[in-house]
Amino acid sequence: MLELYGTKLESRLLLGTARYPSPAVLTEAVRAARAEVVTVALRRESGGERRGEGFWSIIRGLNARVLPNTAGCHSVKEAVTTAHMAREVFATTWIKLEVIGEDDTLQPDPFGLAEAARLLCAEGFEVFPYTTEDLVVAERLLSAGCRVLMPWGSPIGSGRGLNNLFGLTALRAHFPAVPLIIDAGIGVPSHAARALELGFDAVLINTAIAQARDPVGMAAAFAQAVEAGRAARLAGPIEPRDLAEPSTPVIGTAFRG
Amino acid sequence: MKILLNGAWRDTAAGELSALLEELGLAGAVVATAVNGEFVAAAVRAHATLTEGDRVEVLAPMQGG
Repeated sequence: MLELYGTKLESRLLLGTARYPSPAVLTEAVRAARAEVVTVALRRESGGERRGEGFWSIIRGLNARVLPNTAGCHSVKEAVTTAHMAREVFATTWIKLEVIGEDDTLQPDPFGLAEAARLLCAEGFEVFPYTTEDLVVAERLLSAGCRVLMPWGSPIGSGRGLNNLFGLTALRAHFPAVPLIIDAGIGVPSHAARALELGFDAVLINTAIAQARDPVGMAAAFAQAVEAGRAARLAGPIEPRDLAEPSTPVIGTAFRG
Repeated sequence: MKILLNGAWRDTAAGELSALLEELGLAGAVVATAVNGEFVAAAVRAHATLTEGDRVEVLAPMQGG
């Protein structure tokens, strides 16, 4: 069973809540995905229409654990302040920490990320840092107090899957006991299955489901892929080989010798 | 006095953050607040005095990835 900061979870599929065609589709997709954790955000609200409350009541109705993010933050200060605001609104110490360093790729700023993680962990936050596959950055985040890492597969929303298989495999091998969640770039269920087969503990999906032609159908497909990938990992995949090896026994083959 | 509310200038008669939220129709709303980049907890909004040029952020739950 997956355990994140002491919380045990059956599902290894975490879901983002953005970019769905409607709140009803979002609700159905979370059910179809059998997700137990959903990510949420904070955005400006100046008028009295209270759009945020409508969304928040939908999320509470899902009966899922919420993981607020600091999406859109480009500095340590912004991310830390957003984390404080999220802790109050969502009543959780969980925070998906994003400190964006570059707008074309939305890749994390590793220096700001490590610093923000250090400050927030020291305050008792349970930090889920959105990071790259870089081992040194990962070490830094763990020494800052993070007990879960969220490496990207590829840039957010790109749908390109696991872009650096070597780097991700090395990360998994280097930190065998740290929960690792692939956070970004997954495009299709086979990418998610691959991540679980490689030993990653979970995946976080948003765009690939929300923007699919049928988000609910895609959520169900991802749920199956994640289960298949995890089962395959536990069953012990064979090592790849460069040359063929007959699967049918060669002893007693007719017409030979 | 003028304050910068969520990135837009606004005239307000509110002396404190809690009064500003009332003015906005957000009293008791599910929102989090910050003034000049510092988080202001709901419990202390009534004592958070606003001054000319303050940058106020009022944030609410929203969809996120």
